[in-house]
Amino acid sequence: MRIASRLLALACLLPLAALAQGKTVKIGVLNDQSGLYTDLGGPGSVVAAKMAAEEFGNKVAGMPIEIVTADHQNKPDIASSIATKWIDVDGVDAILDVPNSGCALAVAKVVADKNKVFIDSGAATSNLTGKNCTPNTVHWTYDTWALANGTGKEVVKAGGKTWFFLTADYEFGKQLEKDTRAVVEANGGKVLGSVLHPLNASDFSSFLLQAQSSKANIIGLANAGGDTINSIKAASEFGIVAGGQKLAGLLVFLSDVHSLGLKTANGLQLTSAFYWDHDEKTRAWSKKFAAKHNGRMPTMVQAGVYAGVLHYLKAIQALKSKDDGKAVVEKMKALPTDDPLFGKGTIRADGRKIHPVYLYEVKKPSESKAPWDYYKLIREIPADQAFRPLAQGDCPLITAKK
Amino acid sequence: MTTVFGVPIQALFGQLLVGLINGSFYALLSLGLAIIFGLLNIVNFAHGAFYMLGALGAWLLLEHFGVGYWPALIISPLVVGLFGALIERTMLKRIRGLDPIYGLLLTFGLALIIQGVARNYFGVSGEPYDMPPQLTGGKNLGFMFLPNYRAWVVLVSVLLCALTWFVTERTRLGSYLRAATENPLLVQAFGINVPRLITLTYGLGVGLAALAGVMAAPIYRVSPLMGSDLIIVVFAVVVIGGMGSIFGSILTGFALGVIEGLTKVYYPEASSTVVFVIMALVLMVKPTGLFGRTA
Repeated sequence: MRIASRLLALACLLPLAALAQGKTVKIGVLNDQSGLYTDLGGPGSVVAAKMAAEEFGNKVAGMPIEIVTADHQNKPDIASSIATKWIDVDGVDAILDVPNSGCALAVAKVVADKNKVFIDSGAATSNLTGKNCTPNTVHWTYDTWALANGTGKEVVKAGGKTWFFLTADYEFGKQLEKDTRAVVEANGGKVLGSVLHPLNASDFSSFLLQAQSSKANIIGLANAGGDTINSIKAASEFGIVAGGQKLAGLLVFLSDVHSLGLKTANGLQLTSAFYWDHDEKTRAWSKKFAAKHNGRMPTMVQAGVYAGVLHYLKAIQALKSKDDGKAVVEKMKALPTDDPLFGKGTIRADGRKIHPVYLYEVKKPSESKAPWDYYKLIREIPADQAFRPLAQGDCPLITAKK
Repeated sequence: MTTVFGVPIQALFGQLLVGLINGSFYALLSLGLAIIFGLLNIVNFAHGAFYMLGALGAWLLLEHFGVGYWPALIISPLVVGLFGALIERTMLKRIRGLDPIYGLLLTFGLALIIQGVARNYFGVSGEPYDMPPQLTGGKNLGFMFLPNYRAWVVLVSVLLCALTWFVTERTRLGSYLRAATENPLLVQAFGINVPRLITLTYGLGVGLAALAGVMAAPIYRVSPLMGSDLIIVVFAVVVIGGMGSIFGSILTGFALGVIEGLTKVYYPEASSTVVFVIMALVLMVKPTGLFGRTA
């Protein structure tokens, strides 16, 4: 009798357990849906994730795919509490996008503790696959090291020997400055100084005047989104570029260039892992995307979300299971990646997705033939040189193996 | 070179001037808020949204009707001011005489709706708005490069502040307004249409915000979030100056711009909080604000 009642009690628990594990593959897109980083990810990332799910017919390994979304408001505490609730209560299996490096590091920890999957596209910090790497994280699109190695190196080579940084005062800006500083110094350049500005600052003229009085050749903008846009506008207004100093936007998205307009942005060099007008495949996909997103072309972050979801679903299909996050990420690393946006690539043991990145220059208004025709290619940085070498990242997964 | 706490005096002059420019925006916006609060007792949380609408209006005029900066400087504040008057007539009027918290909630809700709708259509990165060709370029003052447009902003702001102060404090219309806030019934008994006066005042305050928005469009970018980024600081300015004191909010607007500018030199990390620290200090010493009337 006692055994029978225990079995009965156990049976009662079963449906609950099944509910928590779920028979649906739930993908959560967690990003800035209302603040300064909305246009580079935001609702567009949700569109991208849905497009990837649709390619699988919204079904993988017999399980329907569901996509949920939330706004982390660029606050790491909100990001980690949403991630916790998603995984514990709503049965979310994978969290995607998560721009803002502070939020991304918080979410990476939650996801690792709960053994789910984290595929980051929006955040920049190279620490995600460095000292903060986890067996559950994949960092898809770009990182601060790649940006520094692309734009930073190119600018120093072109003669920009002395630098002054305008740095966003949080994890991302500081890491980007640190990585760029290393590249500048390694290539014979010198850093004269830097100023930390608050995230989402409204006026940059004061910081730019400080940069101006440093007399550095190059003013490195270690910020993103609206902050970069306002820095560039103020710099052109205060005659900084006319005075002989050059700007280096270390992280510039397509949406930023769109907002600045070519008249202000032309000549700006930038590093990007994806541009919609790269080849036949990216054009075809981007036009489909734009049709679903108010005519706006995708940024590299949104492209990364699409490709990340696609590869995640492939891994689940191969594995026929979704519940063990670590196993899914291992499968993702074992399978070579192949998608229309980033081409063929791999995911390295530390979680770093490897693909070529490109150095672009913003076109002059006269060179732009159509709406969103903004970049011209300067150089491709091949996949094996684009990201930080595995051994230099201090990722505990790698160092522990030695 | 002479230095002040390690900063060359030349650079310091530049920073003071930049602070003054930012202060112009604070002054223009807090002026409208002060008028609305002083005369109508409404805590107008939608002020930032109207500022944004002013800029957006200028952009729409240029993009869809080919109307440039100068006409937009008049048309956009006028249209947004009328919209404000409409809101006063249809909504704010109904909660008149109730606790000010109702007005605060209503205008806050309105601000969220206006911003949400704008964000849905325009995204948040914003749209570029070119400077009028007459005001591009700048002058080298020796210690810094002063863009002509920024000089224009300071000029307009000072003129408008002086004009508004003059109208409310020194003219007959201003005296009606002030009397109507003290005792609307009595003023009405003298044959003055008080509800219309109130509608006009609200429209005027809103129009001022929209004007500041048009002025800001070429400097920043026309973005649905431009108002919400600024409005919190502006509220702090009004609180420091003393709720409802027009003179106080003008003066604190400029002063806080300068203080914020100096913070950006000496301790940039604190530049976004310094205004609030000052607000807390002022409220501890003088709860009505620096120039506020004692209740």
